Amino acid sequence: MLDLSLNHYLTVSAVLFALGIFGIFLNRKNVITILMSIELMLLAVNINMVAFSAYGGNLEGQIFSLFILTVAAAEAAIGLAILVVFFRNRGSIAVEDVNVLKG
Amino acid sequence: MIDALFFYLFAGVMLTSGLMVVVSRNPVYSVLFLILAFFNAAGMFVLIGAEFLAMLLVVVYVGAVAVLFLFVVMMLDINFAEMRAGFQKYLSLGLVVGGILVFELVTVMYGDVFSNGSLPIAIEIANTTQLGGVLYTKYAFLFQIAGLILLVAMIGAISLTMRKRVGVRRQSIADQINRRPEDVMEVVTMPSSKAQNKAKAGAGSVDHE
Repeated sequence: MLDLSLNHYLTVSAVLFALGIFGIFLNRKNVITILMSIELMLLAVNINMVAFSAYGGNLEGQIFSLFILTVAAAEAAIGLAILVVFFRNRGSIAVEDVNVLKG
Repeated sequence: MIDALFFYLFAGVMLTSGLMVVVSRNPVYSVLFLILAFFNAAGMFVLIGAEFLAMLLVVVYVGAVAVLFLFVVMMLDINFAEMRAGFQKYLSLGLVVGGILVFELVTVMYGDVFSNGSLPIAIEIANTTQLGGVLYTKYAFLFQIAGLILLVAMIGAISLTMRKRVGVRRQSIADQINRRPEDVMEVVTMPSSKAQNKAKAGAGSVDHE
């Protein structure tokens, strides 16, 4: 129990990932919280990558964690920009109101 | 021993704040708990020997992404209380899905899939040096593409949120530069005064244009 192993890190990251999914289910209306849940899930993936990289003894995992970080930052920026534009047009950020493309 | 203690501290605080992100009533609190979760994840990265990524997490996530979230939450004028309608309805469904996910992942982990050794002995070279040695040689193209992704995201965010307000007078530089003398200036040939006098004598009244 007091000896850290790979499984400790993987368990933590699994629980964090599940928390992210749970958050998406729970906040069905609030896009901001959904975006934050996605960030939590990406963080869980990062922890997974870094744990495997450290315990496997090669750096590829950390490199890819770097790229995940980059894409996550870009995603957050674009997502929030879309959110702001949507709020400007519709006056709400509820997911149910996002139906402009519905035929 | 001591690192196990720190691991449990970081993991506990991170998971608790992750839960608070999800269930918090006020989105501002959600963002603040997200920042706390990122800080603890950074601590965990330091524990595992990935110092560079830990610092990157603090700089990129806490310094940029979380502040961006905070900015957007405070900028939008939304009644967040009524957004929580249906919270109870999805609670059980979310719990079931999350529980199944955790169960599956942990079951996979505690099988014999992954070798469960301890952390390899640290090499003398610092983590940042190691990462730099790989990132700028083997993954140089990927690194460039990551920069390109950030550039595209930046341009996309700017062009999405920029709007033209109607009724605002602005300097139009392109119009000013493209202004040519032929378009705006008219050379009028006036009749000479002698001809004018003759015309006045002939017609009585002259129409001055």
